Amino acid sequence: MIITLTVNGRRTELDLDPRTTLLDALRHHLALTGTKKGCDHGQCGACTLLVNGRRINSCLALAASHDGDEITTIEGLGKPEAMSDLQAAFVQHDGYQCGYCTPGQIMSAEAMLAEVAEGWPSYVTRALDDDPTLTDEEMAERMSGNLCRCSAYPRIRQAIGAVRDARASRTEAAE
Amino acid sequence: MDGQPQSKDFSVKFTMDEAQPRVLDRMAQGLLGTAMDRPEGRMKVTGTAPYAAEYRREGLVHGMLVRSTITRGRVTGIDTEKVQSMDGVIAVMTGGPLVRNPAQGTAHEAPAQSLPEVFYVGQPVALVVAESFEQARHAAQALTVTYDRADGADVDPATASDTETPEDDVLSQGDIDTAMKEAAFAVDTRYTTPPHSSAAMEPHASVASWTDGRLELHGSYQMLRHNVAELADALGVDEADVRIHSPYVGGGFGAKLGIAPEAVAAAHAARELGRPVSVVLTRPQVFEMTMRRSETTQRLRLGSDAEGRLTALGHEDWVSNLPGEAFAEPTAQGTHFLYGGDNRYFAQTLARVHRPCAGSVRAPGEAVGMIALECAMDELAEATGIDPIDLRLRNLPETHPENGLPYSERGLGDCLRDGAAKFGWDTRKPAGTRLEGDWWVGMGVASAVRVNALMNSTARVTLNPDGTALCETDMTDIGTGSYAILTQIVGEMLGLDASQIEVRLGDSDLPKSSGSGGSWGAQSCGSAVFLAAQGIRKALAEKLGVAADDLTLKDGTVTSGNVQHGFADLIDSPLTCEGTLNPGDTADAFSIAGYGAHFAEVGVHRDTGEVRVRRMLGVFSIGRVLNEKTASSQCHGGMIWGIGSALTEEIMHDPSDGRIVNHNLAEYHLPVSLDVPDLDVVLLEDTRDDEANPIQAKGIGELGIAGAAGAIGNAIYNACGVRVRDFPATPDKIFPHLPETD
Amino acid sequence: MRPFDYSRADGAPDAAAKAAQGATILAGGTNLLDLMKLEVMAPEAVVDISRLDLTGITPTEDGGLRIGALVTNTDLANDRTVRTQYPVLSRALLSGATVQLRNKATTGGNLLQRTRCPYFYDTGAACNKRDPGSGCAAMTGCNRILAVLGGSDHCIATHPSDMAVAMRALRARVALESPEGTREIALADLHVLPGDTPEVETVLQPGEVITSVILPPAPPGRQAYVKIRDRASYAFALVSVAGIVAIEDGRITEAALAFGGLAPKPWRDPEVEAALIGQPAGPAAAEAAADVLLADAKGHGGNDFKIPLARRTLKRALRELTEATS
Repeated sequence: MIITLTVNGRRTELDLDPRTTLLDALRHHLALTGTKKGCDHGQCGACTLLVNGRRINSCLALAASHDGDEITTIEGLGKPEAMSDLQAAFVQHDGYQCGYCTPGQIMSAEAMLAEVAEGWPSYVTRALDDDPTLTDEEMAERMSGNLCRCSAYPRIRQAIGAVRDARASRTEAAE
Repeated sequence: MDGQPQSKDFSVKFTMDEAQPRVLDRMAQGLLGTAMDRPEGRMKVTGTAPYAAEYRREGLVHGMLVRSTITRGRVTGIDTEKVQSMDGVIAVMTGGPLVRNPAQGTAHEAPAQSLPEVFYVGQPVALVVAESFEQARHAAQALTVTYDRADGADVDPATASDTETPEDDVLSQGDIDTAMKEAAFAVDTRYTTPPHSSAAMEPHASVASWTDGRLELHGSYQMLRHNVAELADALGVDEADVRIHSPYVGGGFGAKLGIAPEAVAAAHAARELGRPVSVVLTRPQVFEMTMRRSETTQRLRLGSDAEGRLTALGHEDWVSNLPGEAFAEPTAQGTHFLYGGDNRYFAQTLARVHRPCAGSVRAPGEAVGMIALECAMDELAEATGIDPIDLRLRNLPETHPENGLPYSERGLGDCLRDGAAKFGWDTRKPAGTRLEGDWWVGMGVASAVRVNALMNSTARVTLNPDGTALCETDMTDIGTGSYAILTQIVGEMLGLDASQIEVRLGDSDLPKSSGSGGSWGAQSCGSAVFLAAQGIRKALAEKLGVAADDLTLKDGTVTSGNVQHGFADLIDSPLTCEGTLNPGDTADAFSIAGYGAHFAEVGVHRDTGEVRVRRMLGVFSIGRVLNEKTASSQCHGGMIWGIGSALTEEIMHDPSDGRIVNHNLAEYHLPVSLDVPDLDVVLLEDTRDDEANPIQAKGIGELGIAGAAGAIGNAIYNACGVRVRDFPATPDKIFPHLPETD
Repeated sequence: MRPFDYSRADGAPDAAAKAAQGATILAGGTNLLDLMKLEVMAPEAVVDISRLDLTGITPTEDGGLRIGALVTNTDLANDRTVRTQYPVLSRALLSGATVQLRNKATTGGNLLQRTRCPYFYDTGAACNKRDPGSGCAAMTGCNRILAVLGGSDHCIATHPSDMAVAMRALRARVALESPEGTREIALADLHVLPGDTPEVETVLQPGEVITSVILPPAPPGRQAYVKIRDRASYAFALVSVAGIVAIEDGRITEAALAFGGLAPKPWRDPEVEAALIGQPAGPAAAEAAADVLLADAKGHGGNDFKIPLARRTLKRALRELTEATS
């Protein structure tokens, strides 16, 4: 079947077996292999990407269901010679080891920063009626959908925390 | 390589027969040991680092393995006809070179090829190849396999009829029974640990193609020189006809030490079909078709005098593996030399069971053996009333308690003392006395120890006249930091900025290294690179007519006496040297190991018994630190594996057929971010192990896990007074024994 | 995953018509695709309803809330009215899965998700739910996460939802649409116990589609969701309790309690609540309620611990609901 995806701003038409997941469409048909397959069952988060700005597990999504959607993958955030702030922070803070879960971690983190700004609560948010602040515990809960077997969790959170702070001070400076 | 061959070969072959001078400490660049960012980091964070499954070949087709659904018996038929007619299906293959399970680490030969015989649920029995992944997956699921079942196969180690207690592994020194009877304090206790999975985030994957009779395989492997031999043997071809690429490995932890079923299947199918074939294991297949860590049952006997000095130490263990596998979890490996005690007893019993293959998983031996030993030490501390740190310090032997060998660098005492001060150990309360809100809070400590090994390793370093350098070896970087530390060693030795150095790894055609595993990669391969760089320094020195030690190499310049040269002044073509390291006499003359101490603070819920780790500190003594950042990241990893083995991780085998029931990442519980507090890691400064290797560094990839779960188990006891002896410490192991608080 | 015909529904009636002809409904897909990949479910036709206009959260005339079947778990948990009026629901949702999954998973899909029994997921194992008559490997196998209430000799699967547990405590109703028309049932009546037909999990008729969930006005009292699991996050409940309790002068005046992880459906027992009404808030009341809840509980070895754990979780939840806030 023919579907259209806009991936990292580029519109592409694909002729796919209906069984093709969004993840496999990227990896097998668009040569965008930055999005990783760790479990193929929504249990690890390595395949996290953004659909219309929201993070999902692309392994549990049929490409057909996302006909016409805007997809952002790790390749859309930055390049080796021009990394995004989060990507650079992961390098600086050693927020990875083997690197396989890393694109998913970064996509998840990018979404998380926006979610907190929009006031989304989490399981560890004390008062549901308040807007949450992104403490280390909040980050840990909100990033728990991204497994890292190398277990870089503390440094992943440090990297994200650094970007949270840097973005906040940029916003303050702008105000 | 371009340029003319050197007139004289300055390659260095070296055997580690005696303590070595600290050459690296005399270098001037100041790059080694720093917290340098990983040079390949930009590739990883942008998704541009290619992992095995991501290599595309013209005409690539997809293979999917089919698993056995019986425990023991024979495959009697495979209904290929039904699936052959499905869209896109190209071939169905069975038997032939397909392997029963992966090769054990460093096996250097093919693993068992048993088809049509089946030995466990989940064993690969066939491969289906189709044009697309979706077609191959469905055809594999639709394939009907018929079996002749053999009933009554043992799946439970506790009741298995076939067991072995090798005499060679029994150590009986003095008289432990009498010593236990006469001890002022005695602890005789049993611990059990469940099977674990490596569960690397990247599933095993191989893309195979043949050109002019030579196999090229992009795989995810840790030890290429052994993997080439294993794959060649499985396929019946010469090693020279096999080339493996593993420049990026998405986690190994032992699971990718030996060639695994997907590589053999991909290579076989590619040869048969004359097309490139990709085989990627599904996550359940990773659990079933690759290695698990054996479950263990351990009996610890500790007897001491009135002052807590050990007089008796016994560590017996029971583990399992498939019939025919040589590997047995070396459970008590660290216990042999950590603590004293004249009367000692060790024995291991291996049960043959029809469960998926057991093999090396991060820190085989100490990862689980140290849980039992360190919790038993805590029991002894409780019995004697001696502080657990003090008890450990009183029992550090002068020399190896069994063979009398001297220790090389051993910072355990410092780790325990420094850690206690940093952690605030003096604020620890008696067991079951600190209730904060709904949580019992307590602290625990454990020693960390991991044997240290050096392996043969060769590397090639090339210095170019323009001041750039290339370092080549078949070494792998499985997340450990090989790219970083090898860059740093070259930079330090040759006086180069990291940006001027390229490190090429993960190609079996490059000089053969130790590979990654057993915590020996950094020191073995790092030493080979160091030796090759020494050769280059010698060659430069000879050009100047001085001794290599009289050269100062810094920031791309060579200084001798008061004269500074650029490399282009000294060489007009690339200068290449190989360095080869062999282990030698120091390995037999010294007891060489990495040491450390773990401190944990946990909360235990007073009603429902969940455990949350609140703080954790690891202090480690590992000889020279090659990169402060990657080394401490390795420690984080180990400590978090400790959290997993203490609290969450357990492979569950069906009691009747041995299958792995929770063969997925939803039910096999790796720790998630919320399970992990911010961790504190201290690497003791200025430590050097002169007997270990010429760069004075020891392994760190596994030390961090050794003992970590023990510290957590001990913290649970200190928090709520419940001694967990059956890990993981899930709520059901704790809440029935909690004190009443209402 | 077997080949299937994919189509997109152009409205709820279209979806119902296709479902009546045998198509399987795809909404968020977080459980269906999981099962299709393993061929535990192997539909020949899939009708995608993910873009239907069933995404509203709107007040009802009587002061309750109507939640469209395609409202994502995220949007429901984030909704300001839910957070303030029905915090137990928000908490339950946030305790389940991960942000990535909640962004995809829908309200209707969450109610209809299948059990996490490992034998149900393993097509090489006996399972009466997946393959009626094949037996139940879980009964004598690894049943740590399985049911101690409401099971049968044929099946001890648990319903894995957190959201549904909170909704049961909130007395939710479910609106259904089929080619025959619409109807509304109590959530309590949606799921059925396995008995000797564990393959039948709900009262939905062929072609019946969930279009919304209706919450009555929020009951008085405090609300809490307590979930016990094997790791700190991203794990299914061993035991969970959704509780709403009102107290006057130290005595419990109203109580609604529903339980997850214990049974094939979100579990609620009016007698448990009756045991609490009129009692002074405290451990004795909790013990009495637990006695009622667990009177018929039956373990199967690996899950025996759930019985005492349910008692303790109930006590813990009641303490949270009745202790003065500090």
